[in-house]
Amino acid sequence: MTEPLLRLWGLTKAYPGVVANKDVSFDIGRGEVHALLGENGAGKSTLVKTIYGLVKPDSGTMTLEGEPFQPAEPRAARAAGVAMVFQHFSLFDAMNVAENIALGMENPPPQAEIAARVRQVSDQYGLPLDPDRIVGELSAGERQRVEIIRCLLQDPKLLIMDEPTSVLTPQEVAILFETLRKLSREGTAILYISHKLEEIRALCENATVLRLGQVVGTCDPRTTSARDMAELMVGSTLHVPHKEDKPAGETVLALKNLSAKAPHRFGTPLRDITLQVRKGEVLGIGGVAGNGQDELVAALSGEMKTAKAMIHYKGQPIGHLAPNARRKIGILAAPEERMGHAAAPDMSLTENAILTAMTREKLTTNGFLHWGKARKFAEGVITAFDVRTPGPQNAARSLSGGNLQKFVIGREIMQAPEVLVVNQPTWGVDASAAAAIRQALLDLAAKGAAVIVISQDLDELMEISDRFAALNEGRLSAPRPAAGLTVEEIGLMLGGAHDMEVAHVDA
Amino acid sequence: MDLSSINPILLLASLMVAATPIMLAAIGELVVERAGVLNLGVEGMMITGAVCGFVVAVGTNSPWLGFAGAAIGGALISMIFGFLTQFLLSNQVATGLALTLFGLGLSALMGQGYIGIKAPAFPDWHIPILGDIPVIGPIVFQHDPMVYVGIALVAAVWAFLRYSRAGLILRAVGENHEAAHALGYHVVRVRMLAIMFGGACAGLGGAYLSLVRVPQWTEGMTAGAGWIALAIVVFASWRPGRLLLGAYLFGGVTVLQLNLQAAGAAIAVEYLSMAPYLATIAVLVIMRAGRAPGSLGQSFHASR
Repeated sequence: MTEPLLRLWGLTKAYPGVVANKDVSFDIGRGEVHALLGENGAGKSTLVKTIYGLVKPDSGTMTLEGEPFQPAEPRAARAAGVAMVFQHFSLFDAMNVAENIALGMENPPPQAEIAARVRQVSDQYGLPLDPDRIVGELSAGERQRVEIIRCLLQDPKLLIMDEPTSVLTPQEVAILFETLRKLSREGTAILYISHKLEEIRALCENATVLRLGQVVGTCDPRTTSARDMAELMVGSTLHVPHKEDKPAGETVLALKNLSAKAPHRFGTPLRDITLQVRKGEVLGIGGVAGNGQDELVAALSGEMKTAKAMIHYKGQPIGHLAPNARRKIGILAAPEERMGHAAAPDMSLTENAILTAMTREKLTTNGFLHWGKARKFAEGVITAFDVRTPGPQNAARSLSGGNLQKFVIGREIMQAPEVLVVNQPTWGVDASAAAAIRQALLDLAAKGAAVIVISQDLDELMEISDRFAALNEGRLSAPRPAAGLTVEEIGLMLGGAHDMEVAHVDA
Repeated sequence: MDLSSINPILLLASLMVAATPIMLAAIGELVVERAGVLNLGVEGMMITGAVCGFVVAVGTNSPWLGFAGAAIGGALISMIFGFLTQFLLSNQVATGLALTLFGLGLSALMGQGYIGIKAPAFPDWHIPILGDIPVIGPIVFQHDPMVYVGIALVAAVWAFLRYSRAGLILRAVGENHEAAHALGYHVVRVRMLAIMFGGACAGLGGAYLSLVRVPQWTEGMTAGAGWIALAIVVFASWRPGRLLLGAYLFGGVTVLQLNLQAAGAAIAVEYLSMAPYLATIAVLVIMRAGRAPGSLGQSFHASR
């Protein structure tokens, strides 16, 4: 073996109360596609931030091409040839593509030249992008392209990608992988972080598994099964959600030509959605973010009012009802954004429980709160859903994303809804917690509730849905039985990749 | 009422003078807000600048040094706000309001021995050739230098935000401070510099009142000009070009209503006094407000 591109040796980083990385060592070779695996909180983010110069390790060393490498800040890391695509995109909505790219570069050329180079690189790698467009108006896939092109313009030696595919359609993932393989052939190493083990098996040559901040194993993903890798990450046997076959019940919720204007400038209007949801079924709704998911959840939960007759519940028109009136009759919802939408970050878990559960769980009388009862309800959610927190008095903000997600989903399920609408129920949640959430949704359906799961994770939808429909630019496709759908069929239902064809059109 | 007593040339000329203090304060606040900081202490920084400028100008008998002193005084008092909000993460709204109250008190204390004194003269420029053009000359080209400094500052801020790398970074910090930090920009440093610039500009605006417009020191002499500057920034959608327009509009209606009062218009004085505020707000609202910087008013702390 020749000298590796990047060598990590004994990296340790401790935060008050938690060791994020403990004695982490591994090598990444030139042009190697290396996967970094681990559950939430395993220390992956801290490790890549160390490599990118955002975090200073307490001890340990790194070498890049044999030279000591200690970036004091991202600027130094970029100058040394390390580029990173962030999990939560580090983009500026109100600025255009060229400005966003200039911000991620050292010594950027004038805007006009950036625009020309963006066009050139986007052609070269099949990532069409208009440098003059405002980023806030782009789809998630296009926003990611901005990040990737920002990195590529610096000719990086190492490209770090943190959860890059969670918001992409299968076609977009395929195009991204082509791009990454091309880069790898050209000698760029890629450090790839993902929860999606099948993707890692398709793309990566090597994998390092972290658990509780330590390296617990390495493997060749091409020859290791996804289940084995998952168990290596979790450290125990993985529970796979179990779905029972059951006859479909009567229709409880019916949408009739549901249309609504976009609620804000970057929103999507809902167009003519007709749908029946039956008792005891899980209806999966797939689609790329920004195609009306948030608006559909808002229309169903009552946050966004619609014409009375557009939504029927057990035969009654309810389109005009506000969220609490809908909760009362049994329609509950858990929106996607945990902090600030599903939960108030600075309020305690008990208070957050009261906010949605007070109607159904009768936590108030004449406007006065029953604190004892509310605390018991919050404790019930914490126990039933294995939420890791010292207790219900803790602020929602103090929970990790996965734990808070378990809490907000559990809070709705524990209220025994008749219709439950969830958006991205396992976004950013690790494998074992995701399995637990999915199982809880299936159990709820088995008890006779209708469950609508909106997600961008198609594997998840295929695992738990009875029927599948796709949301595309505010329109919903006709639902089809989920069993037997192929990836290609789903891709077509999703409307294909957005303007991905451009690069392949022959003149 | 005798409308013929209003001289349109004089009216337009005094419009530029009346607009200058709010324009100076507003352009500083615009930069602060584009960096994502809401400093409601403009009034306090203005009056501090007014007294600092007056004290220095009287002491040195040089209005230019007075303006320099006002800028330094405004920047210094803005540093209190910057330290509290950027390092101690105090609430920006509350801290800004406190800064206004503090500035009013501090200036009254500093100005005690200076009441009734006249400021050293700050002569108008008579710009050769341009100043001799009929009508336009007296309106535009025969003012004191600070009028042109104000316009130049607005133009410079516009070009800075639009064309310079530093301006791009400043906008990025105001738009999404988390992302800017992730890309390796120093959010707090950029914001501190912006806050100091805002303080210096507010100081200049205040000194323009005490050295040119009035020109003497009286307690509370800014009389709400700082609040108008704040409002103009918002109504101008954080754009320098519109800010210039808003400031001139406000200045214009102010001068006009004073003239109408002098001419004995048959409208109650109270209504005339309201006019500049109403007119400015109405016009800038009709022009459709733009989007505020994404991180405006939020505290930033680089955790994890």
